[in-house]
Amino acid sequence: MDFVPTETQKMLRDMADRLVRDRYNFEARKTIVGSDDGFSRQIWKQLAELGLLGIEIPEEYGGSGGTFADIAVVLESFGKGLVIEPYLSTVVLGAGLILAAGQEAQKRDLLPKIVSGDMLLALAYTEGQSRYALNHVATKARRDGAGYVIDGHKAVVLGADTADKLIVSARTSDAIADMSGISLFLVDPKAKGVSMRVYVNVDDRRAADIILEGLKVEASALIGTENHGLAPLEATIDRGAAAVGCESLGAMGALNALTLDYLKTRVQFGRPIGAFQVLQHRMADMVMAEYQARSMLFLAIDQANSKDAQARAQAISAAKAQIDSCGQVVGRGTIQLHGGIAMTMEYVAGHLFRRLIALEKMMGDRNYHLERFAI
Amino acid sequence: MGMLDMDLTYPDEVQRFAEAVRAFVRAELPSPTKDKVLRNAKLSREEQVYWQRKLCERGWACAGWPKQYGGAGFTLMERHIFDNTIAEEGAPTPNPFGEGMIAPVLFAVGSDTQKAEILPRIRTLDYWFCQGFSEPGAGSDLASLKTRAVRDGDEWVISGQKIWTSYAHFANMMFCLVRTDPDVKPQAGISMMVFPMSLPGITVRPIITMDGSHSVNETFFDNVRVPASSLVGEVNKGWTYAKLLLGYERTGIAGIGHSKRVLRQLKQLAAGQATGSGVLLDDPTFHSKVAAVEMELLALEITALRVLAQDDPPGLEANLLKIKGSEIRQTLTELCVDAVGPYVLPFDPNRGVGLSESDHIGPSEAAALVPAFLEARALTIYGGSNEIQHNIVAKSLGL
Repeated sequence: MDFVPTETQKMLRDMADRLVRDRYNFEARKTIVGSDDGFSRQIWKQLAELGLLGIEIPEEYGGSGGTFADIAVVLESFGKGLVIEPYLSTVVLGAGLILAAGQEAQKRDLLPKIVSGDMLLALAYTEGQSRYALNHVATKARRDGAGYVIDGHKAVVLGADTADKLIVSARTSDAIADMSGISLFLVDPKAKGVSMRVYVNVDDRRAADIILEGLKVEASALIGTENHGLAPLEATIDRGAAAVGCESLGAMGALNALTLDYLKTRVQFGRPIGAFQVLQHRMADMVMAEYQARSMLFLAIDQANSKDAQARAQAISAAKAQIDSCGQVVGRGTIQLHGGIAMTMEYVAGHLFRRLIALEKMMGDRNYHLERFAI
Repeated sequence: MGMLDMDLTYPDEVQRFAEAVRAFVRAELPSPTKDKVLRNAKLSREEQVYWQRKLCERGWACAGWPKQYGGAGFTLMERHIFDNTIAEEGAPTPNPFGEGMIAPVLFAVGSDTQKAEILPRIRTLDYWFCQGFSEPGAGSDLASLKTRAVRDGDEWVISGQKIWTSYAHFANMMFCLVRTDPDVKPQAGISMMVFPMSLPGITVRPIITMDGSHSVNETFFDNVRVPASSLVGEVNKGWTYAKLLLGYERTGIAGIGHSKRVLRQLKQLAAGQATGSGVLLDDPTFHSKVAAVEMELLALEITALRVLAQDDPPGLEANLLKIKGSEIRQTLTELCVDAVGPYVLPFDPNRGVGLSESDHIGPSEAAALVPAFLEARALTIYGGSNEIQHNIVAKSLGL
C-alpha cells in the first residue's frame, strides 16, 4: 500500500481540480444538469485532450498505461466537484470490463475510441429482482444460428441514454441464481429490440431501465468466453466499488471543509457555534470518519485490480461498507451542524449529500458488502 | 405481528370508536389525497382544506381542543386512538400551526376578540397560519431575533425578515415574534403578534429544499402596519408564549401515528423484496434493525400517552418527544431507503404521485423513499435543533 502520491498522481489531481474549478462551478453545473445530454460533451472532449480518459488503458491501445491509483485521484476530484460526466460508466466500468475480458479485436476497436472521447459505454448488469447480486440474472441469450437472441429487463443502467454501446450480462445456461452460465455481450443501443426508459438519479446522473426483446446480436458481440462472464463482471464491479469510494472521499472532504468553515463563522448566542462543545465533538467525529474512510480507500485502491478474486472481494467489501458508513456520518453531520441552510437546493452541501447517497447505493450497498465480507 | 398492534388490549367501546374513525376515513378521504399522504408528498391547499371541512362536519376537527372552543371533546384515550387511526389510514396530519400551536396560546392569553375571531376560523382552516419565528441570524438562538415592531398610534410597524416559514405560500395568517424593546435583554423585549399575510409590505419568496419540494419560504416585512389588536397577550411577554407554543410544536414533531404508519409500510416493502435466500424482512440483520426501531417507537407511544394523561402542558416531555420522535422518524426513512436496493436511485421530486402502476420505475413505493429520507433530515433541526433540546433537558436537571 502506497500512502504517498506519486508525481504523476499529483499532476493528475491538479489537472482534474483545475478543470473542476474553472468549468464546474455551482451555476455551470446547474446548466450542465439541465442540458439535453445531462452532461457536457465539451468537458468530455477536454477530459480526452488532457488524457484523463485513458489513464489506465495500456499504451498499445492509445492510453497512458497507468494504475488504478492514478485514476483514483481524478475520481476523488470529480466527487468533490460533483462532476456528472459519464466517467464511471465509460472509463471505470466500460473500459475496465473490455480490458478484463474483451477479445483482442474488441480492445483494438473500442479502447482507442474511449481514450479519444469518441466512445461512451454503459454496463447493464442490474435487474429488478437482483438487488446487488451479480449472478442473479434472468436476462436470457439463446443461440440463434451463429449469433444470439437476447430477451430481458435491465435496471438502473448508469449512463445508458448517451452510451454508444451497451455491455449486457445475460444467461446462456443454468438457472437464475447460478454462478455459472452468464455471458457478456456488446450491444448497439440503437438496434431493433432495445428500448429504454431514461430518468435522473438522486445525484443528477442519468440512468435507464432497458428492455431487450428479441434482440439479435452476432457471435462477435460476445465479450470473453461464453458462460464465464461472471468473474470479469465481478472484477469490474469491484473496481467500480473502489471508484465510488474515491468519489465518496472527495465528497466527504468537501463536506467537512464546508462544515468546519461554517462552525467558525456562524455566530449564535454571541459566539461562533464552533465554540460549543457538542458541535466540536460531532465535527471531530466527522473528521475521524473521513480519516477512517481514507484508510479503507487505500486498501480498496491497492486491491482494485487484484487477480486474487477472494482477497479482492474481502478488501473491496470491507472498504465499501466502511466508506458508506463514514459517508453517512459526514453527510448527516454536515446537514445537522449547518441547520436549515444545508437543506436547501441553493447550497452545495445538499448536493454533495445526495451524491453520497447515490454512491452508497451503487456497486452494492452497505448491507450487501457487510454480508459479502462476512462470508 | 407488530408489537404496536395493541388494539386487543383496549376495551370494547374504545375498539368500536377506532372502527368508527377508520370507517369514516375510508368513506370520506379522497384516494388521491391518501396516495399523497402515503408517499409523504405535499398536499395542495385545497386537499388539506377539504379534509379539514370533512372533520368539521363530523365534529372531529381540532381533536385536542377543549369543547368550549369547538374541539372534539375526546377523552384522552379517544384522542390517542383518533390521532393514531387517522395517521395509519393515510389521512392528512391536521395543520399544526393554527390548531396545534397558536390556538393553545390563544386559549391561555388571547383576548376575547381574538378567541372569537380566530379560533373558529382555525377550526375550519379559513385561517391558515404560518409561523414567523426563525430569522437568518436567529436560528437556534431564537431570542436574538431582529425583526422590529415599532408602535405608531394605533398600529405597530414591522420591518425585518423571517426564514423557514413553512407554507407561507398557503397561509393567510401569521403568528410572529417581533422585537418591541431593543434595550433590554433579548428575551425580555419580544412580543407575539397575529396578523393577515395580505397586508401591504409582506413578501414571500420560496425556498426549494434538497428533496426537491417547496414547503418553506423567506418572508420579508417592509414597514408592514398591523393594528394594535394584533398583539397576543402582553407586550414584551412574547418569549414566554413562544416557549409554551414550542412545547406544543415539539410534541407534534414526535409524529407517533405517522411513524407507526411508516413502520407498517417499511415491513410491507421489506416483505416484498427478494434476497438470495428469501425476503428482506426475514433477513436477520435487517429484521433486528426494524425490531430495534419498533421498540423505541413503542416506548415513545407510551410516553406520549403519559403526557396526554397529565394536566400540565408538556415540559421536559416535549423535549424528549421531539428528540426521540425525530430520531425514530429518521431511522425509519433510512431503513425504507435501504429496503429497496438499486431502484432507490431514480429521483422523482413528485415522489411517484399520480403514476399508474406500470409507470413506476421499479417498486411503486420506491420514488417516495429518498425524498422522504432527505426531508426527514430537517426533523432534528426545526422546532429547536436536537442539540438545543438536549441543552434544555440538561438545564432542567440543574446542570
